[in-house]
Amino acid sequence: MTYDELYREVILDHYKNPRSYGVIEDADAQAEGQNPLCGDEVAISLSFDGDGETIADVKFRGRGCAISQAATSLLMEIVKGRTAAEVAGMPKEQLLEEVGIPLTPVRLKCALLGLGVLKVALHRAKGTPLPEEWGGLDGLELR
Amino acid sequence: MVTRSGSGEYDRGLPGAARSASRDVRTLRADFLAFEHPMHGKPLAYLDSAASSQKPRQVLDAMREFYESSYANVHRGVYELANRATDGYEGAREKVRAFINAESTREVIFTRNATEALNLVAYAWGLDNLGSGDVAVVTELEHHSNFVPWQFIAKRTGAEFAAIPFDAKGELELEALAEIEKRGRVKVVAANLISNSLGTANPIPELVAWAHERDAIMVVDASQAAPHRPLDVRALDCDFLAFTGHKMCGPSGIGVLWGRREILERMSPFNLGGEMIRSVSLERTTWNELPHKFEAGTPPIAEAYGLGVAIDYLTAIGLEAVERHERELTGYALVRLAEVPGLTVVGPPLERRGGIVSFTIDGVHPHDVAQVLDWEGVAVRAGHHCTEPAMRRLGISATTRASFYLYTLREEIDRLVEGLHQVRQVFA
Repeated sequence: MTYDELYREVILDHYKNPRSYGVIEDADAQAEGQNPLCGDEVAISLSFDGDGETIADVKFRGRGCAISQAATSLLMEIVKGRTAAEVAGMPKEQLLEEVGIPLTPVRLKCALLGLGVLKVALHRAKGTPLPEEWGGLDGLELR
Repeated sequence: MVTRSGSGEYDRGLPGAARSASRDVRTLRADFLAFEHPMHGKPLAYLDSAASSQKPRQVLDAMREFYESSYANVHRGVYELANRATDGYEGAREKVRAFINAESTREVIFTRNATEALNLVAYAWGLDNLGSGDVAVVTELEHHSNFVPWQFIAKRTGAEFAAIPFDAKGELELEALAEIEKRGRVKVVAANLISNSLGTANPIPELVAWAHERDAIMVVDASQAAPHRPLDVRALDCDFLAFTGHKMCGPSGIGVLWGRREILERMSPFNLGGEMIRSVSLERTTWNELPHKFEAGTPPIAEAYGLGVAIDYLTAIGLEAVERHERELTGYALVRLAEVPGLTVVGPPLERRGGIVSFTIDGVHPHDVAQVLDWEGVAVRAGHHCTEPAMRRLGISATTRASFYLYTLREEIDRLVEGLHQVRQVFA
């Protein structure tokens, strides 16, 4: 395998020039999350159309590895204009296809961080299902 | 047990020019079969021994032999095979005792790993000895295993929890102790000998003295020290010391807690069940003698035995020689890494550093650094290294960490540096 295969041009491009980067003021939904393995962080905010279901705008902010940030940037382009229910039910394979590089289990977590955070945001706003791996993690802390 | 010839020649007592150190490392490397398996078509440069070490064949062979000829459950069997197993297990305890110069094997408790050893102290000592008005002190350089248990038990018992900060060089700011002391009665100070994330060799004697002046106990996490330099619990004068087998050429699943006998005797047990009792009735249960009081259930028998063999292996080479070798490599790494543009090493100068070098590269996340290095056959660790408070103080989320051991070659550091130039090219 060559470096071009692992860090495809599109990944490096999205990493260096993230799309939809920022915060939506007065967002209808928002969430943030970390990948405990490497400290990747992603915060996502979004607003709905007048129908209250279609994602009108979505932005993210974060810091972390190229895979996590590029995958989240790619995700922003995929979900804009789709409904909360569609995105909540979106299989991770769809995003991974866009990412398009082979990922070890550890890097898979990086690639899926943004999608998980987005689903948490939708869950909070619309009660859509949480991704399995986030179940019970919402709001847990040391007691 | 069996120590193959060749492993004992490591740089020992040889005047500088008599034999080059790298030659000896090569001899010893033949014991580690992991290096015979290429990674991505390149020889493996394993620079992640701070996470876990590779294993010499002596340890693997001995464990297999033990399972084949001497294995049964320990302590209560009356037949010959059980006696052999008990001898193997208790023999390992004696090797650990000698390794850390403890007074008695009663003070040596086998655990699953260093984390369990530290939890044992936090729970079994902490629950009975901490309360409102008391302070549990850790450092911001701690591995989570010596941080979270104290934070948790302090919260449970109503005690204060305080952490000694460190400066930009990764060295503890002991002047902060004056403020910490104002928060209540200091009952315990917990610190690592060598920081796993920055490599800092901490001023443990000063902390021990400070703790004892206040009648507090001193708990030392020696996970990054035991594999790499001589240890002497009596000279250190601490009250508890924890380390793990898998970082020192031994198997995983075996750790050690050494504790001062007077304190261990007064403590309640940690895990409850078989082996740790003296008598059990409906009304009342009494505890077994040390160290069995703290070893409930079937212990990691062959793992303890394997740790004993690993200790034989390291002792034959000499911990002084291992330390010297790693210091040379670390000094070399610090010089070579300085050549990489945009690279910042975090942590203290060589004099106060173990064989660990953590660094960041401008514009490239450590995970991506490690990924590119992997393709070059160079294995390093990237992340917060279970030291999130330390990362937060440094204002970063992660580092790339290279760590060295007795089998590390200078040319592996050259390959690390070449790989880092490659990293910069990919992310240019």
